Amino acid sequence: MRPFTYLRAKSPAEAAALAAQVSDSRFIAGGTNLLDLMKLDIETPTHLIDVNGVGLDRIEATPEGGLRIGALVRNTDLAADSRIRKDYGLLARALLAGASGQLRNVATTAGNLLQRTRCPYFYDTHQACNKRQPGSGCAAIDGFSRQLGIIGVSTACIATHPSDMAVAMRALDALVETVKPDGTTRNIPLAELHRLPGATPNIETTLTAHELITAVTLPTPIGGTHIYQKVRDRSSYAFALISVGAIIQNDGSGRVALGGVAHKPWRVESAESVMPQGAKALTEQLLAGATPTHQNAFKLTLVERTLAAVMAQAREHA
Amino acid sequence: MTISRRTFLIVGAVTAASVALPPFISVQASIANAARPIKASVTIWVNDEPRDLDLDTRTTLLDALRENLQLTGTKKGCDHGQCGACTVIANGRRINSCLTLAVMHEGSKITTIEGLGTPQQLHPMQAAFIKHDGYQCGYCTPGQICSAVAVLGEIRDGIPSHASPSLTEPPKLIASEIQERMSGNLCRCGAYSNIIEAINEAAEASA
Ligand SMILES: Cc1cc2nc3c(=O)[nH]c(=O)nc-3n(C[C@H](O)[C@H](O)[C@H](O)COP(=O)(O)OP(=O)(O)OC[C@H]3O[C@@H](n4cnc5c(N)ncnc54)[C@H](O)[C@@H]3O)c2cc1C
Ligand code: SF4
Ligand code: FES
Ligand code: FES
Repeated sequence: MRPFTYLRAKSPAEAAALAAQVSDSRFIAGGTNLLDLMKLDIETPTHLIDVNGVGLDRIEATPEGGLRIGALVRNTDLAADSRIRKDYGLLARALLAGASGQLRNVATTAGNLLQRTRCPYFYDTHQACNKRQPGSGCAAIDGFSRQLGIIGVSTACIATHPSDMAVAMRALDALVETVKPDGTTRNIPLAELHRLPGATPNIETTLTAHELITAVTLPTPIGGTHIYQKVRDRSSYAFALISVGAIIQNDGSGRVALGGVAHKPWRVESAESVMPQGAKALTEQLLAGATPTHQNAFKLTLVERTLAAVMAQAREHA
Repeated sequence: MTISRRTFLIVGAVTAASVALPPFISVQASIANAARPIKASVTIWVNDEPRDLDLDTRTTLLDALRENLQLTGTKKGCDHGQCGACTVIANGRRINSCLTLAVMHEGSKITTIEGLGTPQQLHPMQAAFIKHDGYQCGYCTPGQICSAVAVLGEIRDGIPSHASPSLTEPPKLIASEIQERMSGNLCRCGAYSNIIEAINEAAEASA
């Protein structure tokens, strides 16, 4: 790890302003992703701004009937909140399918959204990786790509976004609240937070420099059966090969987002109208234009079969 | 010393700043940053005693416990959150001490395996691990025991898990729940079945 100075911010606006005043700064929340990457010299900040004390650790009801989740709410607390368990079961299920009890106790809402890819070549600093070192190439495309992306990928990068929580938030139409160093705030639909890799896979989100996430807002609950189905190589404490987050109404209509297939949680709203026609039709629309590698083409079949299982489970519930 | 681009940027930013930088982040410190360790002090309550530490900001809680405080019961397996050997209880919650910085724990109350019990007065979970032979080499054991103690608390507090059939009913103290919740603690010796038996017995005794 490189040496760094360490500062505790007392308010969100102060954190953003401080971050902008020093070069190479990062916010540290739980630290479970940032420190992992700093130990490997993949992240090399010279200033850390600790945001754990900025007072964003509550879940509050919004006037519209939704919930506003503070950026520092821990994954464990979010999954255990009675309102989340009752009205946003998909989110609780996605959180509980991720990481381990120890990690969820520390991992925060914003940190989880902004965790970086688990592409093995991104982690191995001896390998070419356009995300870690722009212009160096991509060792994954012709390498071990079994876990990597199949849609929305580019010739520069085929990495996936590893978060389970973000898949649920995408299906729930969440909004991300932020504050910039100049004190201005804005709301970003979760759909627009993460970018596709394109020619610049090193630029992962639409956040501007030193913009701090302050909260994630969930709209009014929409009912339905909430299912998060994660398929992985071991039954716990492993990242998804693929995952399906679904909210299905009794008439067979609903919403679906996928994890483990793209650089962002993957949802195609226009595909959802074919849901009542079954998993095959839905998969064809959701993954139209997919360009898998030889090693991860199995994910197309896996998505279809998992969708079929999820839809069958929803029918049993209805 | 040559003036780096980084130094220049900091000087430029500070003059334009609207929020004053705390005095200890001087431009000088930022220059030194490139090469030399930066120290900070922190007071952490470890096993009910306040411990004042003056350490490199890079020190993880795990290294502070092992290297600065010589509490070597807590083990370093992977150093990347992947094995659970470094599990300690911080403010009542189990965490991986390898993925958190010591300086982030000002005023935290940390319990390590040394604080759970002593050879003369074992914690019931420690006694159960011994009775059921919940280990072979023992390297993962302090983490397993700290994790297991916290798991029983999590079930008691009604925190759901991936193995809970219902999100709205309280989770039950059953093997499937314990197994899922213990998945963050790997055992290279594969003592899992005895570990589960030990936790089951401690759970029944505490129920
Ligand atoms: C072994 C292991 C297994 C895992 N398995 C899973 C899994 O199965 N599923 C899954 O979803 N995740 C998994 N994770 C990842 C885990 O969920 C993330 O590490 C965690 O959510 C990150 O949150 P944090 O608060 O610790 O983030 P940090 O490490 O503190 O921060 C991550 C990034 O977000 C930035 N950041 C933090 N807070 C803010 C803010 N408020 N505003 C702007 N930027 C901010 C930081 O600067 C940093 O760049 C796993 C991790 C490990 C180590
Ligand atoms: S897929 Fe992306 S993250 Fe992985 S090696 Fe290629 S450029 Fe790097
Ligand atoms: S040493 Fe911390 S999880 Fe392995
Ligand atoms: S007893 Fe050897 S690793 Fe668990």
